[in-house]
Amino acid sequence: MKRNDKSLRRREPMTDTMLLMTITIAIFFAMYFAAMAIWGGGFLRWQRVFDMLNDNAALIIISCGLTVVMIGGGIDISVGGVIALVVMSCVVHLNAGGSILSAALLAIGIGLGFGLVQGFLISYLEIQPFIITLAGMFFARGMTTIVSVKPQKVAHEGFKLLMKTKIEMPWLGYIAKKGNLVPARMEIGVVVALVIVVLVFFMLRKTKLGRSFYAVGGNSNSALMLGVNVKRTRFFSYVLSGLLAGIAGFVFMMHTGAGNASNASGAEMNAIASSIIGGTLLSGGVGNVLGTLFGVMTLATINAIVTTSGLRDPWWQEITVGALLCFFIVLQSVVLTLRGKGGIRQMIPAWMKLPGKAEAAKPVEMAEPAEGPAEEEAGE
Amino acid sequence: MQGDIVLTMRGICKAFPGVRALHNVDFTLRAGEVHALMGENGAGKSTLIKVLTGVYGKDAGVISIGGREVAIRSPQEAQKAGISTVYQEITLCPNLTVAENMFIGRDNSILVPWRKRAKRAGEILSGLGIPARPNQQLGSCSLAVQQMVAIARAVDMDCKVLILDEPTSSLDDKEVEMLFGLMRDLKARGVGIIFVTHFLEQVYAVSDRITVLRNGELVGEYEVEHLPQVELVAKMMGKELQGLSELQRDDGPEDEDSVPVYEAEQLASSSGIAPFNFAIRKGEVNGFTGLLGSGRSESVRAIFGADRVSGGTVHMDGKTVRIRSPKQAMKHGIGYLPEDRKDDGIIADLSVRENIILAMQVMRGFFRPISRAEQEKFADEYIRALEIKTASAETPVGSLSGGNQQKVILARWLLTHPDYLILDEPTRGIDVGTKTEIQRLVRKLAEEGMSVTFISSEIEEMLRTCSRLIVMRDRRIVGQLRGSELTQDNVMRTIAGGEG
Repeated sequence: MKRNDKSLRRREPMTDTMLLMTITIAIFFAMYFAAMAIWGGGFLRWQRVFDMLNDNAALIIISCGLTVVMIGGGIDISVGGVIALVVMSCVVHLNAGGSILSAALLAIGIGLGFGLVQGFLISYLEIQPFIITLAGMFFARGMTTIVSVKPQKVAHEGFKLLMKTKIEMPWLGYIAKKGNLVPARMEIGVVVALVIVVLVFFMLRKTKLGRSFYAVGGNSNSALMLGVNVKRTRFFSYVLSGLLAGIAGFVFMMHTGAGNASNASGAEMNAIASSIIGGTLLSGGVGNVLGTLFGVMTLATINAIVTTSGLRDPWWQEITVGALLCFFIVLQSVVLTLRGKGGIRQMIPAWMKLPGKAEAAKPVEMAEPAEGPAEEEAGE
Repeated sequence: MQGDIVLTMRGICKAFPGVRALHNVDFTLRAGEVHALMGENGAGKSTLIKVLTGVYGKDAGVISIGGREVAIRSPQEAQKAGISTVYQEITLCPNLTVAENMFIGRDNSILVPWRKRAKRAGEILSGLGIPARPNQQLGSCSLAVQQMVAIARAVDMDCKVLILDEPTSSLDDKEVEMLFGLMRDLKARGVGIIFVTHFLEQVYAVSDRITVLRNGELVGEYEVEHLPQVELVAKMMGKELQGLSELQRDDGPEDEDSVPVYEAEQLASSSGIAPFNFAIRKGEVNGFTGLLGSGRSESVRAIFGADRVSGGTVHMDGKTVRIRSPKQAMKHGIGYLPEDRKDDGIIADLSVRENIILAMQVMRGFFRPISRAEQEKFADEYIRALEIKTASAETPVGSLSGGNQQKVILARWLLTHPDYLILDEPTRGIDVGTKTEIQRLVRKLAEEGMSVTFISSEIEEMLRTCSRLIVMRDRRIVGQLRGSELTQDNVMRTIAGGEG
């Protein structure tokens, strides 16, 4: 018995999931602190972080859904379209005299509807997820235009109030030039997004369903043999993704307050990119929503840096994001390959090796020796 | 040592379209025994296991566990009934931890009590002496340990019947010993173990009892002590050792001096067979024999360049040639009819005509198409010559019977007029009539000057067709038999090795 307890307490090497996530978090902090050091200004204020969250709350939510789907070995590219449809439908509904509650229910209903149908087709009829969700994307975009061709602005007073409601955090604020304190402001949508991140994180880590996603994505054949209900597990991943897309639509509306057929265009691609940057493998079985949250924030930071450095044309952001995505995928593949060969340690220069167990616990900083001064923070 | 009967299967029948995989098979497993299930390719071992684990439904028969009849419709139901299977390929999730792999899919609680799970897993692992830590990612364990984790999972599920399907094929000797230790331990706990393997030594090292299947039928159940190795081979191959009658055979040309059509020295390939020497003369029919897994298919795959060739020199008609891919082999006049008709041979959705001209088209290169009229002429010619039973030349090959599919592939190679034709299990899974036709055809081709290497699981067929037999065991050539040495007795003794 004693031996068991000891072996349980012993620190295990990180799982692939944790390893990839830690790399992302380290890189995010490295980039952010580098930006603070180089450009200062806005980057030194907390408001910049909250702005990134405010602008990307919906993206965070759909990225959580995509992370779950991708862990389960699938893909869902309908989420951007679903957001557009939800926003347009809810705006029209509110302007026609609907209540906020019924609009929220409508949003969830549309999202769930897409999730259920796509999940059923993919899991039980075993159709390629890419095809089904591609069809879902076209369908949602098309429906959006049917609901309204013209862009619509929310006229509902209560909802406008909700949009304006922000959580103020004076202790994270800054003193403006006039000498007055400007508190840090966060939209309600961010709270929703963060709550969802926590819930999904918990679900993936602690629940039977969550672990089943990993099992199915890791090796669906094995999962079946181990007694996991593979079809139902897959089904739930798409239902969850659809539901989250519905919620994301509502959050998106709270941010923009207007419906437009081109809303959230390309959001699904950003969500996939965020998940991948956050350490989710497209091949399934590996990933973590906390990493995804940092994936979204890394994307946002990149965009902020590109803009701040004077490259205001939008294509610079796309080029940088493309390069970053490529870098991450190569990095993931290199790290996992080296890990398979047990070679990460051999890459580390001798002077960086820490004695004893700490070494095994912190392989990430070591794998990234070139990333600069932010590494200490990353480990915290 | 042996206790009550835990599992009985009575009169199990299973047919697939065109194949009778199991016919009236009985199987009995007692608590605390290791029961080896033996048989050659196509004997029905895997089908029997799959019926037992609910992967396939059975057409007829009764399965009872602990005296009660059970209906098993899925792997999950099999698990619930106390039947656990550890497959050759590890069926665990490498991205989860050891403890997760042991418990996933088993409990109904929505929240997973990880601390408790890890503790329990640790207890089981150390109880069985398995060197794995509960929170370790499974993928970081060696294959042998992964396999043992799978067994630990099965044990913890209170399994009464543990099926080990070729568990040792990717393990080294030390790991095999570790696994055997675990098996003996489980035996002592009263678990009934079904051990499927094709390594004879391993059967004798751990098993108490052996059930032999052949061609989907039960040959018999034997106690290990009463079944010497050579008799086991005889039973698997389908002939009693005593009272063998000499078969009519044409011994083929014996002129040792002529230059071989094909000659390989120290040929080695990536499949792990020992480097071998091999030669075949014009008009000769020889064969590779040995049990499944002995390396007979791997040898001919190396000759044809189908596996990555890693060494050795090859001469054809006295000239040194380089054969590294099937295409090069074909250019040098070698044809190969693969063992697995479905995966390597036919293209089921294409018509008979298209399948027949395939190899010829490859030989000519894709920029010199064969005219439709020519194609039809060739197709008709061979459909007639080989008596392929098909509605027309345009029928998709997938809809033909196994024997006729085989003839289509044969036609494909004959059309390229190879000097040297390799036939790997050309008669497997086809009816007796077609079998004889194919044997007769092989002899006829040899008389016309073609060299043929013939592989079959049926030793009788080999003796009837070949004038020289190369015997393989454990991935190396262990003997060559020719002329008067070619008796079933001799072949089986050579296959079984010294003991017996």
